Amino acid sequence: MSANHGRAFVYGDGINTDMLAPGIYMKHPIATIAQHCLESVDPDFVRTVKPGDVLVAGQGFGIGSSREQAAEALKYLGVAAVLARSYGGIFYRNALNFGLPVLVCSEVDQIGAGDLVRVDPATGAVHNKTRDVTLKASPLPQFLLDMISDGGLVPHLEKRFAAKRAAAAL
Amino acid sequence: MALTLAEKIVARAARRTHVTPGEIVTCAVDLAMIHDSGGPRRVAPILKRFGVGLWDPSKVVLISDHYVPAADDETRRIGEVTRKFAAENKLAGFYDSEGICHVVLPERGHLKPGMFVVGGDSHSPTGGAFGAYMFGIGATEMAGVLATGEIWLTVPETIEIEWRGTFGPCVVAKDVMLFLCGQLGMEGGRTQAVHFRGDAIRALPMQERMTLSNMTAELGGQTGLCDPDETTAAFIRAAGAEPGDVARWQSDPDAMPAECLRFDASALTPQVAAPHSPANAAPVADHGAVKIDVAHIGACTGAKIVDLRMAASVLKDRKVDPSVSLLVAPASHRDQEAAASDGTLQILVDAGATLLPNACGMCAGYNGTLEENVTCISSIARNFKGRMGTASANIYLGSPYTVAASAVRGRISDPREMLS
Repeated sequence: MSANHGRAFVYGDGINTDMLAPGIYMKHPIATIAQHCLESVDPDFVRTVKPGDVLVAGQGFGIGSSREQAAEALKYLGVAAVLARSYGGIFYRNALNFGLPVLVCSEVDQIGAGDLVRVDPATGAVHNKTRDVTLKASPLPQFLLDMISDGGLVPHLEKRFAAKRAAAAL
Repeated sequence: MALTLAEKIVARAARRTHVTPGEIVTCAVDLAMIHDSGGPRRVAPILKRFGVGLWDPSKVVLISDHYVPAADDETRRIGEVTRKFAAENKLAGFYDSEGICHVVLPERGHLKPGMFVVGGDSHSPTGGAFGAYMFGIGATEMAGVLATGEIWLTVPETIEIEWRGTFGPCVVAKDVMLFLCGQLGMEGGRTQAVHFRGDAIRALPMQERMTLSNMTAELGGQTGLCDPDETTAAFIRAAGAEPGDVARWQSDPDAMPAECLRFDASALTPQVAAPHSPANAAPVADHGAVKIDVAHIGACTGAKIVDLRMAASVLKDRKVDPSVSLLVAPASHRDQEAAASDGTLQILVDAGATLLPNACGMCAGYNGTLEENVTCISSIARNFKGRMGTASANIYLGSPYTVAASAVRGRISDPREMLS
């Protein structure tokens, strides 16, 4: 669980991968791509988002391309979690692989732009401090929580391969 | 226990006798397809961190199609990284600038019914046309697959979409998918297994089935299966491979899909999707007044040989309206050769088409982009804002028939008015 509450950035339905990571910047490193994240939806997003903030959206967050820079850009900008009514299937996996908790939440209408929220991926509890309510999101299964707590798929597998090598060396 | 085709393939890959939708299983991957954008340049550094190589190079196919041809130093570097990776690994196949991955993969005989396949691209459900469970994943997840040969999967529900009867003239797979996106929305597939069935689907040639499966990505399905049959087997044999046990990879007759949707093929008309979503689809007549600047026939979903022939049947003995640029990017080198040898290509060129490289190109906005504020009708799969590189462009989607008819008239047009 993130220790602190973050500010909510609230968007609607259909935030797609061309909005999160525009194709024209795809040849560049993530630092560049991230500077254009969501610019066609909210030109102030990149300028104002701070580490620990939370993205809140409606249906189909991350639909579209397999480009994982869509998830990586959010992680790069320090987004702590995403809450949405539903996700694009590939984006959903990509986000978890980058250690970014993405939770399905049907109560996103109880979060307003700028509200202070804290997300617990293990229980699915979403605390909205500004409105003093606790909302429900679907918790993540343990094996994905383990991967996220390792920092994502790469550090998770890195650990696994290192353990395998260590065992073989004994 | 009766299983759907999707459940059968997943159970086999998970080394289980049966699986239940919703449970999480670990599957062994039969084949992994990667391309130049999400492939070597992104996975090689991760494999290096793991300190391992490919789990099985004979199960990996690499296809350069996104940054093709190289346009600047950055994309030249990406090409070099890709070729170096191919040179260092004994891959099942490396196809450099031969066409778009989803078309080249089956064209070279890498797919057959019953396979469990991952692709590093969102249009990977295309492989479902062959009765293979193929789906798209991101580059990091692909690095995990390339290192371990495994991937976790939530066992999908099966959503059957049945088309009965006969499609009318100029009504093709692209119209089916735009219609379904319009009806069900871009999340209609709920990341589950979409399964296209019915006599109207069985009558389609392989490349049309590939268009259905391809645009399952837009419908939000994880994969888009078609029942393997004699058409499938003939295509695979022509590609120089063996189709395997086609009879085994069928849904059990008493299997229970989660949903079953039925449609009448004869009632479908040519469809066009308005900016900025494939879900904005409506009959072509609803868009009749829209004037266009660019007509584009390209991409895995819209420029295979069947697609080029559709366009040519409209453009034969006709000219593109002088106010329109018609751009054609044949989806693979082989399909372009086929179009050259049967006269299709000459018809397109005579009508005024400009030929572009056999690559993803303007679809994805990676390589070549639309100008500011233009209105374009294209046979590609998705028309999100900025998709073709320019946020101010308005992109409409239609079948190759509809794109060609619109190119001739200078406005969005019903191809049936030109082909009687």
